[in-house]
Amino acid sequence: MRFKRLWAMFVARNLEFFRDRSAFGWNFLFPFLLIVGFAIVFGGKTFSEYKAGVFPVDSPGGIHHRVEVPESFQSMQYVEFVGVPSLEAGLRLLNQHKIHLLIQQGNPPFVYWINESSPKGYILEKMLIASLQPKDAGNLLNRQVVQGKEIRYIDWLFPGILGMNMMFSALWGVGYVVVRYRKNGVLKRLKATPLTAVEYLAAQMLSRIFLLMFTLIVVWLGSDILLSFDVAGSYFDLAVVFFVGCFSLTAMGLVLASRGVSEEFTSGVLNFISWPMMFLSEVWFSTEGAPQWVKWIAETFPLTHLLIAVRKIMNDGASLSDVMPQIAILSAMTAIFLIIGASFFSWNE
Amino acid sequence: MKPDTAQKTVPPLLEVRRLVKTYKSLTAVDDVSFAIPRGICFGLLGPNGAGKTTTVEMMEGIISADSGEVYYKGALRAADFNEEIGIQFQHTELLSYLTVRETLQTFHKLYSRTEDIDVLLKTCNLLEIQKQYNDKISGGQRQRLLLALALVNRPELLFLDEPSTGLDPQARRNLWDIVLNIKSQGKTIILTTHYMREAQTLCDEVAIMDHGCIIARGTVPDLIGEYCSEDSNGGPCAEANLETVFIKLTGRQLRE
Repeated sequence: MRFKRLWAMFVARNLEFFRDRSAFGWNFLFPFLLIVGFAIVFGGKTFSEYKAGVFPVDSPGGIHHRVEVPESFQSMQYVEFVGVPSLEAGLRLLNQHKIHLLIQQGNPPFVYWINESSPKGYILEKMLIASLQPKDAGNLLNRQVVQGKEIRYIDWLFPGILGMNMMFSALWGVGYVVVRYRKNGVLKRLKATPLTAVEYLAAQMLSRIFLLMFTLIVVWLGSDILLSFDVAGSYFDLAVVFFVGCFSLTAMGLVLASRGVSEEFTSGVLNFISWPMMFLSEVWFSTEGAPQWVKWIAETFPLTHLLIAVRKIMNDGASLSDVMPQIAILSAMTAIFLIIGASFFSWNE
Repeated sequence: MKPDTAQKTVPPLLEVRRLVKTYKSLTAVDDVSFAIPRGICFGLLGPNGAGKTTTVEMMEGIISADSGEVYYKGALRAADFNEEIGIQFQHTELLSYLTVRETLQTFHKLYSRTEDIDVLLKTCNLLEIQKQYNDKISGGQRQRLLLALALVNRPELLFLDEPSTGLDPQARRNLWDIVLNIKSQGKTIILTTHYMREAQTLCDEVAIMDHGCIIARGTVPDLIGEYCSEDSNGGPCAEANLETVFIKLTGRQLRE
């Protein structure tokens, strides 16, 4: 292996990335806007917000004034009240799961409708019933509050968005780009030089890892200035885990890049892999309580292990030794991906 | 050792022996053999689908032959074969968002023996556009850049696969001048082209392929002498040139 040749390809790929303004902007802006957007929309809240439709209300939309529903229900947290002009309109929203309970304004007995297939409707109904209980009903319960610094939803989500951006950038930036180069003859031209496949693939990987880590730092700093994230563990440990994770995701991209000349087919395969990974690797929500087979699928994705390790360090203050199982799994996956990618690689098929 | 004896012992720069390549039921190249001496421009001609590009790509090592061998300087191609050849492919995109100079610099670093980049820019008339991005240059400039890339390692053997396709007459003649200049430096060139005028201008020797086989081979004057001595009616040929030879050998029927 000649370092000079590897370096030439590394520099060329980086120049392409930094000069492609649209891709450059997208790689930085997309995760940043996503993080800031979620922080604005959800603030300290979580996704688990319940919507109760109230009718008849003349001006549909969010209700910010008192309506004739039980006062104790209207003062509940995490319930958003939505005005609906009529019963028909309300039932339509209820059927479409756009609201989780529909209640008619007026005096007791209060009339309400729920969609029995809606889990949130079930909870909201319980909340409505509980809100009408006598005040001393709480005497049968002993309320305790979790101690320590609160982890906001955005604190939990932040590593997920960074990881997701890494995944898309690694898979598409290596997998798709190399297939495009194969299709338009760039790889064929490079094959006619002394450049070896190992040198070329190593350059592609190193370039993508460099770009991913660079993007991560810029997005992190930008988001941190606005939202001040807390890292309970060490920044160094976090950087090590992110590095191992992006190495693994890039190696996975290499497998997709190893063969094929059809951008459309590659695009389909990339979507087939990246979408389940995005949903099952706990980017957006926890899969706690999901069926075991879903968890088994999730464990085959490198992003799952990356996010587990990052959240442990960031949210729980774990050290590198605590996340060693995840690092070991990611390293093993990287080795497997590299072997497959290098074995199957073809310059022109 | 007498000079003529010494000359006989020098092997051809490139020799192919009994090359065969099939794609499913199609035999693209069927038992092709020929040798190319040093310092000449060798033209490989033929209609579309005749097997020219497949033959050339097997010689280049881009695709593998089903059977047959390729000899370079009298021996089977070695690992450093790519260090000594230059290739201008028929269809090649360039790395995006790189300037002409940066593209040459990138390829420059891939070889151990290299030509000075400023010399290449001058030789291929690229000095004025050296700072332009690859996707902003014209078709003629692009072909000249591809030629410069093929020359970046000072190759002994240069493959040019339809280098002037799609160029206007000015750009084509400019490219011919550059190729003639390269040829005058003693380099061996293997050229495929559909322009018979181009082959007649640049090539010392040509081989005409059809249906995967070589159907005629010789110098341009020899071929013209052999196939244009009389037309189909037995009279003298109206146009004694390589195109007439080509049509006579491969027919007028459309191939695509």
